[in-house]
Amino acid sequence: MIKRLLLASLSLASAAALSSCADQRSHTQAVYMLVDTSGTYAQEVGKAQLIINYLLGTLQPGDSLAVARVKSRSFSEKDIIAKVTFDNQPSRANVQKRAFKDKIDAFVKTVGGSAYTDITGGLIQGAMFLNETGAGTKTILIFSDMQEELDKATIRDFPIKLQDIRVVALNVVKLKTDNIDPRRYMGRLEAWQKRVVAAGASEWRIVNDIERLDAVLGRG
Amino acid sequence: MTGSEYWMVWPDNAAVSVLFLLLVGMAFLYAARKPVHHLIGSLGFLISGPLRIGARWLLAAANDMTQRNKAVLLAHGRQEVGQRIEREFERLGAMVTRDLQGYPALQRKLLDEITRVEEDYKKCGEVPPPPPDWVEAVAGIAKIKSEHSEMVKRILEEIKRSVDSIHGKALEEYRRAYQSRHKILNGFMPFWRSLDKTLGQVDKKLTGLQDTSSKLDAQMEKYEQINKKTDKAEHALTVSAFTQFAVATVVLLIAMGGALVNFKLIALPFSEMVGGSDYLTNSLKTSDVAALVIILVEVTMGLFLMEALRFTHLFPAIANLNDKMRRRILWFSAVFLLTLAGIESSLALIRDMLMADKQALIQSLASAQQAAPADPLLARIPTAAQMLLGFILPLALAFVAIPLESFVHSLRTVGGAALVMLVRVLAFVLRILGNLVRQLCRVLTTLYDVTIVLPLLIERVVKAARGGADVELSRRAAKS
Repeated sequence: MIKRLLLASLSLASAAALSSCADQRSHTQAVYMLVDTSGTYAQEVGKAQLIINYLLGTLQPGDSLAVARVKSRSFSEKDIIAKVTFDNQPSRANVQKRAFKDKIDAFVKTVGGSAYTDITGGLIQGAMFLNETGAGTKTILIFSDMQEELDKATIRDFPIKLQDIRVVALNVVKLKTDNIDPRRYMGRLEAWQKRVVAAGASEWRIVNDIERLDAVLGRG
Repeated sequence: MTGSEYWMVWPDNAAVSVLFLLLVGMAFLYAARKPVHHLIGSLGFLISGPLRIGARWLLAAANDMTQRNKAVLLAHGRQEVGQRIEREFERLGAMVTRDLQGYPALQRKLLDEITRVEEDYKKCGEVPPPPPDWVEAVAGIAKIKSEHSEMVKRILEEIKRSVDSIHGKALEEYRRAYQSRHKILNGFMPFWRSLDKTLGQVDKKLTGLQDTSSKLDAQMEKYEQINKKTDKAEHALTVSAFTQFAVATVVLLIAMGGALVNFKLIALPFSEMVGGSDYLTNSLKTSDVAALVIILVEVTMGLFLMEALRFTHLFPAIANLNDKMRRRILWFSAVFLLTLAGIESSLALIRDMLMADKQALIQSLASAQQAAPADPLLARIPTAAQMLLGFILPLALAFVAIPLESFVHSLRTVGGAALVMLVRVLAFVLRILGNLVRQLCRVLTTLYDVTIVLPLLIERVVKAARGGADVELSRRAAKS
């Protein structure tokens, strides 16, 4: 009886192992991080580096990560500083993580401020990248003060699509004008929330304390 | 009339209306008394009847199960005790063969030693020759009076001198004789010791034989009790099964702990082989399942090994194989198990390397400064310990077959007893519910009567009056 049970469990496990391929991508995470490099916010890039390091430490084999800069016009692949889909083997994934870190370190050393801030363009680019990965959980992290400034030629006042994507605004610092009238800060965040929710995002969050990022990126 | 006063017969007088309705209601209830009593009784019977029947059926089923459990328990006990008796007989047979085989030699040795001791004893018994006859002559001469005769004196002195020298010689001869006897007695000692040792050996063997016989007697007594199907035997077997169940459960839990540690050791390296992001279900990684399968295969090999070694008897197919085939299975299981243990040891090494790599990556991500490398010797100790653990745990898990067998065998008894207990508790609950329903119906009937207490009182008075009138009429009729 026990022999039969054992054989049954073994064959069940083998059958399950063979039929597992179809579901493998749905459990992965993909994170697209936008780093604002416009104006004075470029000084905050050190904090962004810490968050990227944290992401590298947290993401698992099979997950994807991309870091892109937000500048005057951000809807371009050229703005992606580094992107990677980690290998299934943990040792190879670690090698990829080290290479990714080196790229980010090099970027941090050469970062320069831009005149305008195109967050919307970055969001569209990020959504495209995330949808291509086919990951189960898609997240866009916006490391910015969320103050969008566009030049006259750039057109971004149209509805965007962020279906099934979580959008997390990180380190949303208060501007001088926000200190004079906090309603501007609140209103700015509210406007972004409305826009993101209207775009079909699964979640909108603001995380100013980096330590709380763990709760956001934890696997459900 | 407002909405709340619709029931009032006299809208201006609520009390009279209530009284009227109460009286009318009472009259109706009184009229419907018998059918309502009947209805309550029927309902009570309808509910309590099946409950009681169910309770009775469950009790009967519990009794049947008890009988079946007893039969199974006794059969199992008979088989177990029979095997034990068989083993004791084998042991006894081996002991008798071994000891009695050497018994003729032992007996010969004993007889030789006894003969030698006897001979030596005889030698010891040889006394030196008695004093010569002339001693009497000397005694006669000694009686001669020599106070006045110089010649007699001289003769006597001469005789004394001769006697002294002869006495010295005789004494010397006696001493020599005693010395030789002491020597013989000294020569006795090794024979005595050898004799004592041989007798000790015989005693030891006989005591061993006696002990085994006593054990055999106890087992036979148990076997007889089981054959007689006595309650004592059943109780003893049940207690034994419960003890076995508890012990086996504890050991299996410990083994599960070991399996968990084993799983932790090999799950991460397996992600290196089958991929770390493949999932079978929402939370079940393929690498985890693969590690679990390896552990289960190890346990299975352990089961086969124990079976082939005849430590367990879970698979009759293996037990019934001839010795050659059984030995093949034994070697196959042992080699497979050792190979798996070796693989696990390697996996433990890979795990350590992966962990070290991850740790280094986390350190490099956490700070710009690299931490000082640990002492290589200290770093190797956990690696070696993990590798050793990876090798030992599969072998230790192989022994899980022994408690597993006890668990499986005792589970029948314990599970059966628990089931009987459950059925009995269920029967008790059903019986209680049935009785509760019956009592509830009685209470309802009484409550119904309480609501119509006034008509009942009137009925009693009328019946009493009618009864009194009837008595008066019968008395008058008797007088006339």
